[in-house]
Amino acid sequence: MSEITSRPIWGKLDPADQASAHLVCAEGHGIEAVVAAFAGRDGLLSRATVVHVAPVGAARPAGLGGAAYHRHPSRATALTAFRAHLARAKMGTQVHLAGSEAFLDEASAVAVACGIVGDGLTTELSGPATRRVQCVHCKGMMDEVAVTPFACSHCGINLTVRDHYSRRLGAFMGVCADAEAPGVLPAASRF
Amino acid sequence: MSLAFDLSRTPSFFRDETFRGDFTFENSPESIRRFPFPFDRDQYMYAVNIEQHMPGPPKSATAFPIDIDEHYVAEMADRAKVLAEDPLRCQSLPHMITAEWDLLELLMTSMARDYPQWFSLHRDGDRWHWVNRPLGIDQRFTFGDAATLPYGPMEYVTRQCQGDFCLLDQRDDNLWLDAGIVTSQADWSLDFDLGMNFIEWHGPVPRAHDMGIFERALKFLLNLQIGRPIRRLNWTMTINPRLDTSPENYHRWGIDRTTVTPENVGDKVHLRVELQALWRLPRSNAIVFSIRCYLIKMRELVTVPKWGRRFHRVLRDLPADLADYKGLTNYRATTLEWLAPYDDGAPTSPGFFPD
Repeated sequence: MSEITSRPIWGKLDPADQASAHLVCAEGHGIEAVVAAFAGRDGLLSRATVVHVAPVGAARPAGLGGAAYHRHPSRATALTAFRAHLARAKMGTQVHLAGSEAFLDEASAVAVACGIVGDGLTTELSGPATRRVQCVHCKGMMDEVAVTPFACSHCGINLTVRDHYSRRLGAFMGVCADAEAPGVLPAASRF
Repeated sequence: MSLAFDLSRTPSFFRDETFRGDFTFENSPESIRRFPFPFDRDQYMYAVNIEQHMPGPPKSATAFPIDIDEHYVAEMADRAKVLAEDPLRCQSLPHMITAEWDLLELLMTSMARDYPQWFSLHRDGDRWHWVNRPLGIDQRFTFGDAATLPYGPMEYVTRQCQGDFCLLDQRDDNLWLDAGIVTSQADWSLDFDLGMNFIEWHGPVPRAHDMGIFERALKFLLNLQIGRPIRRLNWTMTINPRLDTSPENYHRWGIDRTTVTPENVGDKVHLRVELQALWRLPRSNAIVFSIRCYLIKMRELVTVPKWGRRFHRVLRDLPADLADYKGLTNYRATTLEWLAPYDDGAPTSPGFFPD
């Protein structure tokens, strides 16, 4: 983990009693962090909406009490629903995100674009420390990038992941790795 | 509006030159003398080197708030090429429109006041008439009505003014990079940094965070007053006189850094200085951050003996991490060898200016 200042610091889910409603978006096992954060707080769950990326046919997770639960088969479909719930959210709604780094990158950018700031958003990392990366050359987005350098899946340029993160884009910057020595790449390292 | 980059019809003061391809850019002897050399001593380290943006000596780069020089017409042609290839170099979040008009007013009034031979501005209430003779532009428009201009107000005026421009919104005790036009940058991306706060967009800069530089600079800037602009100098080096050293095009220009030989240092290696100035804007309370780039070839630099001596010493003693961040590592040794004969070890006088 780097110490760069543009990098978001993922924390712990922290539902506030005084929030008028809770909007949760979780991916895969991230739902376990949601269940833990809301444990014993049935009052909060009764005014919570949970959007979950989970396989078709999977059971509703236990421990979500009276929350409205919506399962979506992919990150893209879940974020479409999340964006729609955000658009209808009332003043005082608190947003909670749990999942992989790449999921948090993308989902928090959706929340930020809807004006969610400060205490209005809590996050928790669960799952692999893969990153969402944007190629600075062709602007292509790539999810779940686990190693650097890697080849851009859009334009093919070899990219190193620069220690620079955009909340607006929800992504790290990928920059040509071998511009000054074509074909010569540093040893691959995992995040 | 006519927009003719027909150099044969422009006053001869402006050079016909390029910043790409055949790279015909160079400085006249007068332009060398007025170069904003950024080192006031024989070594370099970060500092919050901010001063009031007061008029400097006549003919210097700071004689006027906005500096228009012999490269103006060619630089504007280069900007138009960059924007044609990549429109993301100019972006503005919706809440910045008032700041855009503020910027248009600042630049047009400054340029018309200080360079009346080239620009004029007539205002009748909100009905404005702008004439830009070097670029052949004659535009009547309604101040505050973007539909009366061919571009948004920020893009319109900065397509006619040297330097990159950022508009910083102030809220939550921070500054937010929420609009800008950036086509002559030293390896940073407006598209990537748009929407970041002051601490975030400086994230990749080594050392300075630990030194507390950005916290102090931010505190200072949050209190910037209307009518009291400030400035600072920043520097790096660039191979070939290329204005557009963007990350977007790094895969194209990065290879230039491997082409420096002892024979071509004088023409190929450039000191790149940014004259950065900041103004508080009256309607929006936003801040203009202008980044005006000046290039000088090594063979031009050493025509001022003090600068040749001093730059050799600065480059020689630059810490390795700063050299890396500035991208000099590949050609630093070759450049130092070329500069060494111009450093006889004599003491240099304090301050920036030639002896």
